Amino acid sequence: MSTNPVIYQFHGGMQLEHHKQLSLGQPLQQASLADEIIIPLNQHIGEANQALVKVGDEVSAGQILAETSELVSAPVHAPCTGRITAIEPRPIAHPSGQQADCFILQPTAGLATIESWDNPPLADSSKQELLEIIRAAGIVGLGGAVFPTAAKLETADNYPIETLIINGAECEPYITCDDILMQTRPALVIRGIQYLQRILQPQRTLIGIEDNKPTAIKAMREALSEAALEHTEVVSIPSLYPSGSEKQLIKILTGQEVHSGQLAFEIGALSQNTGTCAAIAQAVDQNQALTSRIVTVTGPGVNNPGNWLTPLGTPFSHLIELAGGYKVAQPKLIMGGPMMGLELNDDRIPVVKATNCILVLDQADQPQAQPCVRCGRCTEVCPAKLLPQQLYWYSRARQFETMEKYHLFDCIECGCCSAVCPSHIPLVQYYRYAKSEIWEQQRKTYKSDRSRKRHEFREARLERQKQRDEERRRLKREALAKKKAAQQQTGDKPDKPKEQTVDAVQAALLRVKARKQQQDAERKNISNLTPEQQRQIDEADARRQKMKQEDS
Amino acid sequence: MSTLSSPFVTPSAGTNRMMLNVLIALIPGTLAYIWYFGVGLIVNLVFAIGFALLFEALILWLRKRPLKPYLSDYSAVVAGWLFALCIPMHSPWWLIAVGMAFAMIAGKHLYGGLGFNPFNPAMVGYVVVLISFPQQMTTWFLPITVSGEAMNLVEAFSYSLGFSDLQQWDALTMATPLDQYKTNLGLNMMVSEIRQSPVFGDFGGVGWEWIANWWFLGGLYLLYTKTIRWHIPVSMLGAVLLFALIFYVMDPDSIASPGFHLFSGGVMLGAFFIATDPVSASTTNKGRLVYGCMIGTLVYIIRSWGGYPDGVAFAVLLANMCVPLIDYYTQPRVYGVEPPEDHHH
Ligand code: SF4
Ligand code: SF4
Repeated sequence: MSTNPVIYQFHGGMQLEHHKQLSLGQPLQQASLADEIIIPLNQHIGEANQALVKVGDEVSAGQILAETSELVSAPVHAPCTGRITAIEPRPIAHPSGQQADCFILQPTAGLATIESWDNPPLADSSKQELLEIIRAAGIVGLGGAVFPTAAKLETADNYPIETLIINGAECEPYITCDDILMQTRPALVIRGIQYLQRILQPQRTLIGIEDNKPTAIKAMREALSEAALEHTEVVSIPSLYPSGSEKQLIKILTGQEVHSGQLAFEIGALSQNTGTCAAIAQAVDQNQALTSRIVTVTGPGVNNPGNWLTPLGTPFSHLIELAGGYKVAQPKLIMGGPMMGLELNDDRIPVVKATNCILVLDQADQPQAQPCVRCGRCTEVCPAKLLPQQLYWYSRARQFETMEKYHLFDCIECGCCSAVCPSHIPLVQYYRYAKSEIWEQQRKTYKSDRSRKRHEFREARLERQKQRDEERRRLKREALAKKKAAQQQTGDKPDKPKEQTVDAVQAALLRVKARKQQQDAERKNISNLTPEQQRQIDEADARRQKMKQEDS
Repeated sequence: MSTLSSPFVTPSAGTNRMMLNVLIALIPGTLAYIWYFGVGLIVNLVFAIGFALLFEALILWLRKRPLKPYLSDYSAVVAGWLFALCIPMHSPWWLIAVGMAFAMIAGKHLYGGLGFNPFNPAMVGYVVVLISFPQQMTTWFLPITVSGEAMNLVEAFSYSLGFSDLQQWDALTMATPLDQYKTNLGLNMMVSEIRQSPVFGDFGGVGWEWIANWWFLGGLYLLYTKTIRWHIPVSMLGAVLLFALIFYVMDPDSIASPGFHLFSGGVMLGAFFIATDPVSASTTNKGRLVYGCMIGTLVYIIRSWGGYPDGVAFAVLLANMCVPLIDYYTQPRVYGVEPPEDHHH
């Protein structure tokens, strides 16, 4: 069980200082509720949500606040009971410091606690039901890409998935939220994996964890042997950044390369983050929507670094207070890790599904960039086997087309090239800029073409959905018939806990169905989009395409 | 953009650290040089580095660039130092000034400064003075072990500045071992006869071979500190060795031994310190192998059949010219993409 299978090496990468112990000094804690909860309508990559509640509405914990009927989407829920005091633009975690529409929720009761662990036997929920639950629970990739999980799984369903990869690498320095999750709740992660296996039917499952997390590896191995999962293994992988990036992890574990422009499941691999697995287990077992996540608050700039189980919508400032406040006069606030994170200049930004870490550094002087000396170090470390130096020249010359030929879009923005460059050139920044410029151009040029494609895609999807609905109705009829038959046989009422369980699942399904009907009606209006809506959708498309480059 | 984007990590060692490593690595060979040939080298170094910094500062000033960040990257110091090692000892100050002017102005700043120069600046300066002042550039002084005496520092300075009386020291000059090889082979002498001359040691010239060992040691330091990669020195030395071996085996009587080729002239210095200048070298690993091979081959060709006894400078400049082409054809494969050749649309 504890022997490691063969692992492979990816090109480049860097050995970084881990700084993990910093936030592992204290156990996982429950974060208290802030006075004001800020919930952005959109916390995923994909189509935009529409608000379902109005200002002044009383909402209960777990209630859906916003959603859309589009496949690539995830609803958002209320993390606690309270009153919507406003729906207004607020600063969110965005590269250009943008604002976005948020629900402002004033809590009127404490955090909802979960009393029961129903633990329904796996056989109870079908694949379709599981997918619906995952969708309804608003689950997205919690490793940072925030792609809607149900949509990913459904798309993957069109391909035979040979290897299910569970990403517990957590290769970025400082971040320990996955580590502490695996240390403290390994069984939950394993249950999530079981549900994923049920949906995808993979031939094998590999859980990749960097070897700088021995406690997590041990805990996961024990939980795994307890659950007695077949063809499932915990694999200890070398700590080499960016091993947790999707393509790199697939290479490490399977030896296969995901080709340029290809998606992982096209070569039979699908990866999910450990945090996502836990969220799936909570949704299925406890009928709990994704309204909280573990957030690491760490760095030399806070007094008591640690991990907090945090209600989504909690302002960063509240978490930083819980972590003992700022330790430095000029804190530099980063969401995510030091390699790929986003610098923020406002700590009233809320925790969202994508927030794995709040890193507080000391504001240090960035050395001045000097001319490239063509040393080639950037090429050596680039895990995507790109030519960062050439990309840099073309970016300076604004030759974006040439950059595309040099596979700019295979750049995973890992930051290795910038980190090694002896001339301190902020290389990734140039690539991010070039990418956004190219998207802008594409948006202008191919707008009509893309909307045509989108239309075709939607038609096909509607057809699929119709078939699925029919299938579900049939299953339900059958189930009802069976239930009736069973009741008649025993001449008895069904026992109570059992009914509760069925109710939980059934309720989720009914909710979904009711919503579907409502949306079917709404959908008729979608073909006449205003230019503004069209623009938003295009932007979402661009983001989605970007997501393809990134890990989940 | 108001904020810098990630990564937010401790900055890597900068270019100035790389250049500093080069300077450190040059120290043992330079000391050996002084040991064998005298303190005159110090005069070369002082003038060359002084002029390099002076011209660099002048041009930065004319180009309205900040002086400090560029002067403190040590690249001018490295260029001056290498130039000083390549020219003969006791070269006149004006020759050094002309060489460094060409190195810094034509070789570096006309192209846009560090990072943009396609040619190795020190070699540009060296070739200019080699072509312009052939007499001065072929006047070499004997190693101390052979001549028994050398100028002291004051004498060397005044000699270089043109104050000293020439006659007194003229007897100590000679042609380099490589020069002797070339002229004497031209006179149809046998290798064994040529090697009778006191300037020859076990492999190369007296003194030269030992200095070459110290360059090699410095090169190992550069490899150890990852300032350079192995590709260029290995392929360049390999190419010289291979050609020397092939022709030596064919005609050991009139062809110099491979050892002589490796340990004479600028080969060792060139392999670790000159050809590896990242700015003007190929930037891909495969490309570096090609580039090193090319320099090694050219060195052998120029030494054996060309008009100059030592070909390192020309070989490096010629290879510099081919770098864009080499880089183009040796691009590494992008992750998950077929090689560029198969990928043309
Ligand atoms: S690491 Fe920096 S200096 Fe070196 S080749 Fe790349 S961009 Fe140029
Ligand atoms: S940021 Fe992009 S170009 Fe730079 S090393 Fe990472 S993948 Fe390569």
